[in-house]
Amino acid sequence: MQSRSFSRLWIFSWSWTGFLALALAAACSGAHAQDLKSFEQRTTVKVLPNGLTLIICERHEAPVFSYTTFIDAGDVNDPTGESGLAHMFEHLAFKGTTEIGTKNYAAEKVALEKVEAANDAYEAEYLKPIGRSEEKLKALHQAFLDAQAEAEKYVIPNQFTEVAETNGADGLNAETGLDETQYFWSMPENRLELWAWMESSRLADAVPREFYKERDVVLEERRMRVDSAPIQRLVEQFLATAYVAHNYGRSEIGWPSEVSQINATEAMAFHKKYYVGGDVVVAIVGDVDAKTAMPMLEKYFSRVPGGPKPEEMTTVEPRQFAEKSVIIREQTQPFYIEGYHRPSYRDPDDAVYDAISDIMSNGRVSRLYRSLVEQQQIAAEAEGFSPFPGDKYPSLFAFYAVPLPGHTPAEMRDAIRKEIDKLKTTDVTDAELAMYKTRTRADLLRGLADNQGLASSLAEYQTRYGDWRQLFLELDEVDKVTKADIRRVANKVFVDSNRTSAEIDTEPPAADAKKDGGAQ
Amino acid sequence: MKNRCQDSGVRCQLWLSSGRGCGEPAVVDVAPVSRPAHALFALAILAVIALPSHLPAQQSKPWEKIPIPTLHEFHPQQPKRIELKNGIVIFLQEDHELPFVSGSVLIPGGARDVDPSRAGLLGIYQQAWRTSGTANMDGDAMDSLLEAKAAHVETEGGEDSTSLSWDSLKGDADQVFSLAMDLLFHPKFSAEKLQLAQQQEATGIVRRNDDEDGIAEREAAKLVYGANSPYTRQPELATIATVTLADLQAWHDRTLKGKLIVGISGDFDAVAMEAKVRAVFEPLPPVTPEPPRHDEFAGPKPGAYFIDKEDVNQSNVQIVALGIDRHNPDVPAIVIMDEILSGGFGSRLFLKVRTQLGLAYAVGGGFELPYDHPGSFRVEVLTKSVSTVDATKAAEEEIAGLNTRPFTQDELQRAKDDILNSFLFRYDTREKILAERERLEFYGYPADYLETYRAALEKVTLEDVTRVAKEYIHPEKLAVLVVGNSSEIKPPVDALGMGAPQAIDITIPRPPRPKAPPTGEQQ
Repeated sequence: MQSRSFSRLWIFSWSWTGFLALALAAACSGAHAQDLKSFEQRTTVKVLPNGLTLIICERHEAPVFSYTTFIDAGDVNDPTGESGLAHMFEHLAFKGTTEIGTKNYAAEKVALEKVEAANDAYEAEYLKPIGRSEEKLKALHQAFLDAQAEAEKYVIPNQFTEVAETNGADGLNAETGLDETQYFWSMPENRLELWAWMESSRLADAVPREFYKERDVVLEERRMRVDSAPIQRLVEQFLATAYVAHNYGRSEIGWPSEVSQINATEAMAFHKKYYVGGDVVVAIVGDVDAKTAMPMLEKYFSRVPGGPKPEEMTTVEPRQFAEKSVIIREQTQPFYIEGYHRPSYRDPDDAVYDAISDIMSNGRVSRLYRSLVEQQQIAAEAEGFSPFPGDKYPSLFAFYAVPLPGHTPAEMRDAIRKEIDKLKTTDVTDAELAMYKTRTRADLLRGLADNQGLASSLAEYQTRYGDWRQLFLELDEVDKVTKADIRRVANKVFVDSNRTSAEIDTEPPAADAKKDGGAQ
Repeated sequence: MKNRCQDSGVRCQLWLSSGRGCGEPAVVDVAPVSRPAHALFALAILAVIALPSHLPAQQSKPWEKIPIPTLHEFHPQQPKRIELKNGIVIFLQEDHELPFVSGSVLIPGGARDVDPSRAGLLGIYQQAWRTSGTANMDGDAMDSLLEAKAAHVETEGGEDSTSLSWDSLKGDADQVFSLAMDLLFHPKFSAEKLQLAQQQEATGIVRRNDDEDGIAEREAAKLVYGANSPYTRQPELATIATVTLADLQAWHDRTLKGKLIVGISGDFDAVAMEAKVRAVFEPLPPVTPEPPRHDEFAGPKPGAYFIDKEDVNQSNVQIVALGIDRHNPDVPAIVIMDEILSGGFGSRLFLKVRTQLGLAYAVGGGFELPYDHPGSFRVEVLTKSVSTVDATKAAEEEIAGLNTRPFTQDELQRAKDDILNSFLFRYDTREKILAERERLEFYGYPADYLETYRAALEKVTLEDVTRVAKEYIHPEKLAVLVVGNSSEIKPPVDALGMGAPQAIDITIPRPPRPKAPPTGEQQ
């Protein structure tokens, strides 16, 4: 689902989610399993007593399967002051369980509790606003290191992933997004039971071993992805400005001061709250026989705790009525982005936003390309996209442009505005609208032959809509989009007071030297 | 709920799986353009039952009690190969699962073959070829027609080849094929599209120092191959400005005479498709083989190198040496050694630098194994500024450890299990199999390469790995490049003990402006 195509040399990597749809009945050769009906025949869904949903979709092209475990919790669910927690837990999920990754869990448990106590003591001293003793801090730090070293003696490092890899796991990875956490890999089909044991084990029985080392790893990840990357730095600021209340504005990977203070107790509390059956969908696609596999899968995945589904977030971003802008002045090349608040995916106009995005940005025929890149020749790249940064909650419709050498963010801004204004004053053409619908349908079809992508999509749709079939049924919404809808939505959303913009203004070197304190 | 852009919203646990820095990328290239990819095919694959058994004796291992049945029989479908009298080769791979047809023509000749004064020609050509279109239909008209049908015709270029590809729904296959062939043989390069392509290239050039990883990979390659090697020559504002329409046409005309490889997969009938493709390609004259290359590969001058970047808080460290190419009979043993060094969570580099020391999220590397020229040995580690020296030393120790710390049977078994048990993912789709056949054809490898390669991997012993470590790992020949923030790197790179690091100047040359105003800064 989150297929990231790195087709842009220097900007974002897109996840252009190709959703699955009803095939064009006329175009189909008829015999093949591309439509909802045939998918229904080879897809089995079971909700276990603990609330966990299993989906099996059979595809017997090769003796392999792919899976996605989709947890309905992500960065947006990090408690206040603990940004980065969901992602931190995702890292922990590879550290094994009480059975795998340890030489002696009973002893390790005791040792881990001592590590936690040592960290608590250290943190308490560290955070003292007055009267902190550096000597005491040093001693507490040493005590912590000693406790950590003790606990480490029981660890068999990376045993969990080693078992997966030596058994043929391919594409082993996980992703934490704002709205969800996904775990996935592909494996030879004869490892299905092994996988089921492993995956259900780590969902039910996580152990926060090597937590503080892993926290350092996550800090390095932040430095790589955000701190040391000009455009990601800008985007983090852009989102923090666009949102005043809702957690979409908070750093996904975590503010350094917060993520560097997360502790194992907090991580396990997160796990206890969110990794409950009702929050978990596991989708398996490939060479699996649902009838024979389901009892086995049910046996293992019943081990995931039941528990109440966590309460829904109550924070709703208040309506933006003040236009906002962010300017970073540094020696990197110029860049421009602006965003407008829009409703969540549940809004009846959801497909209309997709249509706008497609017409404005999809390929060389898109409005932004034709206008900014081809005709005016002021940008190397210009696109609009949505939802951003997440989709479960009200998000943004964003536009960005990469100026050509010699051109400025201000030119990008003006050109983008002109294109947006056209949407508001003049209907798109019939041809553009038809193109959007045709391309959407085709994209969906293309995704049907990819086990991993399909698993991810099925899990996502089951979670977001309660029904994986929406993958296909969504095409009905696509078909209903009209030119009037596009105009209406454009007028509603693309208004000045609803806008946040952010840009990088390139500074010559001399001025930069005068600045004190760069990126943190 | 579509069209999601989550540029910073998605983070991967295992950076290694992006294929960077590993000798055996997990991701398989579909279009075999220049980069060494490792999709492998084989004939019927039967059971592979390999249980990992290299764990401490006292642990009870419930996972080992879980039954692993015989793997279902699998007969990967090979494409039909047709060699025409003129030397052009065609592969046809039927796949009726979805109503699409896609194809490509792979053309020898790429960036490494471009004259130094025209560095950037390939980047311009690969764009302008498609965007210009033909006399029958210009690029813009082609865009409109194709996009309305959710079809594509695209052109690409790389280090050693260019390609033209197409795809469409089955119902449009004939028309799109005609368009693709028209563009293949009769492009009409346009001044306007040349200029657009030059603008794109120029944008890339002025931005090439913004991202630390771009700098690091580029400059590391230059250390290994030399700054002016055909493999590292970079476009400059001055060189892209010299590219003309005549250059594009000449490049096209020359390369189309080479040994073209055509590959088509999808929902079609092979008999009918063969006739159609023969009709297009049979009348062509005999192909002109690529002249043999006489590149020299000296490897880096050992030592430390430094590039200062002020706006980062993390260093990107590249440890490099000259490597080998895939023809080398030691490749299977080297691949196993690479797996021990950095393949996955259980590897030496990952375990030490990431898991035990917590010094890096991204760490890994090994021998790149290009198909027809030596690649580099490259290990990278990304670590906060203050631990630059520590992390580099830890990585260097693991590299040296390949010779000083004997390999264990457990390590050997883990590496083999990792690779062999996931082997079938190199050919688990018809498209992967087609791509691999095209790649092997392009580089002149035997069609059964994957089978023999797999068999050789299975046979690798501890002695083999020990021997190749001795023969190919030479810490004294390594160059270490650090890209980072000098004001934060304490202790400085000198503390590596490789002497004072040599600074590398990456200033982007600006061509002299024709009418320079007396005042005024520029971008």
